[in-house]
Amino acid sequence: MTTPTIQPTIQISALNFFYGAFQGLKNVNLDVHEKKVTAFIGPSGCGKSTLLRTMNRMYDLYPGQRAEGKIMYRGENILDAGQDVNMLRAKVGMVFQKPTPFPMTVYDNIAFGVRLYEDLPKGEMDERVEWALNKAALWGEVKDKLNKSGLSLSGGQQQRLCIARGVAVKPEVMLLDEPTSALDPISTARIEELIHELKQDYTIAIVTHNMQQAARVSDFTAYMYLGELVEFGLTDQIFMNPARKETQDYITGRFG
Amino acid sequence: MNSEHSSKQYDQDLEAIRSRVLLMGGLVEKQFRDAMTSFRTGDLALAEQVIAGDVDVNRLEVTLDDTCSQLIVKRQPAANDLRTVMATIKCITDLERIGDEATKIARTAKNFHERGMSGELNHFETVRVIGERAAELLHDALDAFARLDKNQAIRMIGQDRVVDHEFRTIVRNVITFMMEDPRTISAALDTLWVAKAIERIGDHSKNIAEYVIYVVEGKDIRHTDYAAGFLDLPG
Repeated sequence: MTTPTIQPTIQISALNFFYGAFQGLKNVNLDVHEKKVTAFIGPSGCGKSTLLRTMNRMYDLYPGQRAEGKIMYRGENILDAGQDVNMLRAKVGMVFQKPTPFPMTVYDNIAFGVRLYEDLPKGEMDERVEWALNKAALWGEVKDKLNKSGLSLSGGQQQRLCIARGVAVKPEVMLLDEPTSALDPISTARIEELIHELKQDYTIAIVTHNMQQAARVSDFTAYMYLGELVEFGLTDQIFMNPARKETQDYITGRFG
Repeated sequence: MNSEHSSKQYDQDLEAIRSRVLLMGGLVEKQFRDAMTSFRTGDLALAEQVIAGDVDVNRLEVTLDDTCSQLIVKRQPAANDLRTVMATIKCITDLERIGDEATKIARTAKNFHERGMSGELNHFETVRVIGERAAELLHDALDAFARLDKNQAIRMIGQDRVVDHEFRTIVRNVITFMMEDPRTISAALDTLWVAKAIERIGDHSKNIAEYVIYVVEGKDIRHTDYAAGFLDLPG
C-alpha cells in the first residue's frame, strides 16, 4: 500500500440526517479521500444513498429533509445555509442508478450542464463535449450520433453519457449511486473500467449493492447499517479480514 | 461459532467441504499409522495396503479441490469464508503430501523387511519417539482445523521444532552406527528415510496449524516467527 500522501477531499463529522422525524443518518464520521474510490455498502435503507446525497446537498430538493453536523469541502461546511449549491453541484457531480439522459441530443446532453456554468464559444464547446465523451469512454461509439437523441443510446451508453455529462463541468468529486445496477455485465465492466480511469483525476464515492463490485473498484469501503457507519477502512482489509463481526456477517452473506 | 448464511445451501456446501477434509485427514492418519506398524512388524500385506490406499487419498484431494473451486465460482466467498476455502485448498495439499510420506514409509518398510536383515540397529526403536510425536502433531493439527482452535495451533507450531530436533538426533545416531559397522548401512539408510518422512509429516502438520491461524485471525504467519512470541521453547 502506498499511503503516505492520502488527503481527504471531503471530511464528514458528526453528521445527522432527518427525513422529517425519522433519523436516516446517525453521527457519521468519515473522510472521503482525494483521487481514491470510496465504496458505500450495506442493506437497503441503511443510509448509504442518503449519505451520498448529503455530499452535494441533493436532499435540498425535497422539503422536510435536513442535515446537521459538518461536511467540510474546500475549507467550508457545505451544510451551511449560505453555500452556493449550484457551484457545489458543479464541483460534486452525481450519477444515478437509472440512466437519466435529458430528452435532447447527445451533444446537448453534455453541453447543457456546461452552459449553466460557462459561456464557451462553439469551438471550445465542441472540444469540451468531445473531451467529456472521451473521458467517459463513449466518444468512439457516439461521435457519428451527436445529433441523435440521448435516449436512442443503449442503457450502458446512456449511463456513460450521464457520467460524461457530470465530467463535462470539470468536477472534483463524482458521486455514483448504484451506477451499474440497471446494466448488463459488459456495460458494467465498462463503467468499472471507467471508474478506474476517472480516479486518476477525480475523487469518487460509489454506492453499490454488488459487493464484488465494491471489492473490485474501490480503495476504501464503508459498511453502513441502520443509519450508522459500522466500519470504514481499506477495501482489501474490509473484504479479507474486517474488524467488526457485523461487517463480516454482511459481506459473507450471513445477514437477516 | 459463526451465525448462519442467508443461503442454507451455502452453509451446507461449506460444511460438506469441512467434513470431507476431516475424512481425508482421518484417512491420512490411518495411512501413517499403518505404515509405521508395517515398518515395526514387517507386515508386508499391510505395507501393500498402505501403498494401494494412496489412490484414495489422491482422489479425495482432487475432488475436494474441485468442490472448493465450485464454491468460489458460485458463492464468491469473502472474509472468513474466503480464508476458510483458501486454507482448505492448502490444507488438502499438505494432507496429500502426508499421504505420500506414509506411502514412502510403507515402501521402505517393504524393502527393509524383504531384505530381512536389521543387524545391530534397532530400526523401529530409532524412529519410535519421532513417529509418536509426528502422529500427535497430525492429530492435533486436524483437531485444531476442525475446531478452529487457534491456541492449539500455536502450541503445535512449537512442538514441530521438537520433531525437527529429534530428526537431527537420529541422523547423528544413525551415522555413528554406519561408521562403526558398515554392514548396518542399508538398514541405517532405510531407517533414515523413514525418519525423514516422519519429519516431513511434522512439517506438513505444522503448515495445517498455520492455516488455522490464518482462518481465525486473518494473519498469514508462514515464514514468520509469529508463534515464537507465544512460546519459550529453545530453537
